[in-house]
Amino acid sequence: MSEQITGAQSLVLSLEAAGVTDVFGIPGGAILPLYDPLMDSTQIRHILVRHEQGAGHAAEGYAAASGRVGVCMATSGPGATNLVTPIADAHMDSVPMVAITGQVASTSIGTDAFQEADIRGITMPITKHSFLVTNPDDIPQAVAEAFHIASTGRPGPVLVDVSKDALQALTAFNWPTTVDLPGYHPVTRPHAKQVREAARMITESSQPVLYVGGGVIRANASAALLRLAEITGIPVVTTLMARGAFPDSHMLHLGMPGMHGSVAAVGALQKSDLLITLGARFDDRVTGKLSSFAPNAAVIHADIDPAEIGKNRFADVPIVGDLSEIIPDLVAAIEVEFANNKRGDYEGWWTQLDRIRDTYPLGYDFPTDGTLSPQFVIERLGIISGDDSIFTSGVGQHQMWAAQFIKYNKPNTWLNSGGLGTMGYAVPAAMGAKVGAPDKTVWAIDGDGCFQMTNQELVTCTINEIPIKVALINNSSLGMVRQWQTLFYNERYSNTNLHSHRIPDFVKLADAYGCHGLRCESQDQVDATIEKAMSLNDAPVVIDFVVHKDAMVWPMVAAGASNDEIQFARSMAPEWGGDE
Amino acid sequence: MTRHTLSVLVQDQPGVLARVASLFSRRGFNIESLAVGPTEVPDVSRMTIVVNVDGSPLEQVTKQLNKLINVLKIVELDPAASVSREIMLVKVKADVDTRSRVIEVVQLFKAKVVDVAPEALTIEITGNPEKLTDFLKVMEPFGIKELVKSGMVAVGRGSRSISDRSSRPADKSGERTA
Repeated sequence: MSEQITGAQSLVLSLEAAGVTDVFGIPGGAILPLYDPLMDSTQIRHILVRHEQGAGHAAEGYAAASGRVGVCMATSGPGATNLVTPIADAHMDSVPMVAITGQVASTSIGTDAFQEADIRGITMPITKHSFLVTNPDDIPQAVAEAFHIASTGRPGPVLVDVSKDALQALTAFNWPTTVDLPGYHPVTRPHAKQVREAARMITESSQPVLYVGGGVIRANASAALLRLAEITGIPVVTTLMARGAFPDSHMLHLGMPGMHGSVAAVGALQKSDLLITLGARFDDRVTGKLSSFAPNAAVIHADIDPAEIGKNRFADVPIVGDLSEIIPDLVAAIEVEFANNKRGDYEGWWTQLDRIRDTYPLGYDFPTDGTLSPQFVIERLGIISGDDSIFTSGVGQHQMWAAQFIKYNKPNTWLNSGGLGTMGYAVPAAMGAKVGAPDKTVWAIDGDGCFQMTNQELVTCTINEIPIKVALINNSSLGMVRQWQTLFYNERYSNTNLHSHRIPDFVKLADAYGCHGLRCESQDQVDATIEKAMSLNDAPVVIDFVVHKDAMVWPMVAAGASNDEIQFARSMAPEWGGDE
Repeated sequence: MTRHTLSVLVQDQPGVLARVASLFSRRGFNIESLAVGPTEVPDVSRMTIVVNVDGSPLEQVTKQLNKLINVLKIVELDPAASVSREIMLVKVKADVDTRSRVIEVVQLFKAKVVDVAPEALTIEITGNPEKLTDFLKVMEPFGIKELVKSGMVAVGRGSRSISDRSSRPADKSGERTA
């Protein structure tokens, strides 16, 4: 008979067996038994955060930067409910994450005990799966299954809720050698027939577009995508979640589609006769008004999740499988077509697209009053910090500018909250990314609104020597909401003025947190300030970029409008030309 | 909108009913009836779910259901190739004057009187939903005091079992779904 240990010890051994080396969390009453043996683990580094939401986003950033499952930990009740936002975020953006929560003793469950919350019930619709473990013998199996589910198929968050008495009781540790879930068999191999059909459609189309989503990044299929694009010469658009999946510097890349996408990317989708959809999900922020999205296009839709196919847009050729298998198969099938002298002619298509791309490049106007342009700051940041840096962002105008004006040439260098749109993601995600990829320069590009939601994690960064860099795009307002008020609410600025030019003083705040605090208010200081921040690696750095508050994100497709109504500047619609 | 009957095999684990029910509600589907019970396989339960939806939303909800880890298999039962039954208990006013007429209807419908009181009869009737509706129409004039119905249960006709590999799942994931 194996040695008797506590459930808590078994949980630590299970996490070690699952290969965990870093955990972000905060202890509390119900999970206390776990924290005792955790202290003795030499494999697992526990990073004590300042708010559970920070632990969750850090686990997300860690997962995205390292390609491994991110782990966060919290106690029962409020500890667990504070994880709800990052869990929902990970669910929307398919981030592999395991959340371990303490639960009150099984004998107290259902009695409204102190710090009791039905976290499994609460998170049911926002997790890929969840476990409530009340028998200590079940701990290793639940952990093994949780890591398997989180990291395979379409990745996602899995919750493991363990009751306090299960952590305290004695058990034997038996790590399962295999995981067999009869109801879970993700399809990874694509149907050969479907792939051949897709190849045929591609060579027969005349206006195809590779509509690339975040699934390409999660599947590590960027290299395969590059090959597919190059052998066919088909234009590529990368969604907000897919920035970096295909090099921005590549001539075949038309940029980001969607509400704030480039005119060329939006126009290409609208005018296309074939969308080759790879790991994208026809999100409303990409399609605009769905009924008028890409009206003449047939659709090839490849995704690991069969439920995404046909959800928003009918797929003429559905392909279920892992993109790291689908794309190479598709390349091979296209090469067969080429060998039979079937090759698409996209010359006319490119003439049309090049004209749009040349006529409507992404750009911005500098403020006339000499204040700082936020777009300029972000553009310089990308150039100075370079290709190998990781950029995280919050949600809003700064996020869109960071998606537009930084050139991403490598996957997993752009981390943001695309689906849920969680303000406050940037700082903790950057912290997690820096832990997952310690050799990389990690920048959090944050707004003054977002920053004030989660900046307490800078303490965690300072104390744990996680030297992230924060570029605070401080326009003293909830900028994106303000932009909508400017455009759609007659410039009535209800509750969007944050007064952050006066309070708080972000440089002093950075100082209080043990970070380097820098401020930049003029264009001629931008490069020097960024370079200064790049040179400081002994502690986190916060730069307060005080920017113009009236800058707006363009191009824009108004919510609910057709993509055909894109404006590249206020009241300025592009001339599509071409075949109309 | 059309009526569809889904047979869903699930692992018999705590929370599985909540997962299924919450998925229907989250995706905006109304469940018309739902019945759960054990099957011939230990630790496997079967849910019979009746929904009123169009074809394409049904495909979506089936795919979403299939993503639940505890869901093993989903089969849509074709009404023409399956047998479906509901059970209903109904308390009908029946005094000395009307009792014999009520009993006559009970016999016509091959129903059963399961409880007798001076002013009422409690009747058990089993059948497909149409039969139960017809029965109620005839009983209504007597006065219905109380009514309770089970969810519908259904099984495919013929010798094949839903747990056979050959029976066709409702979600043909990976294949052409059009």
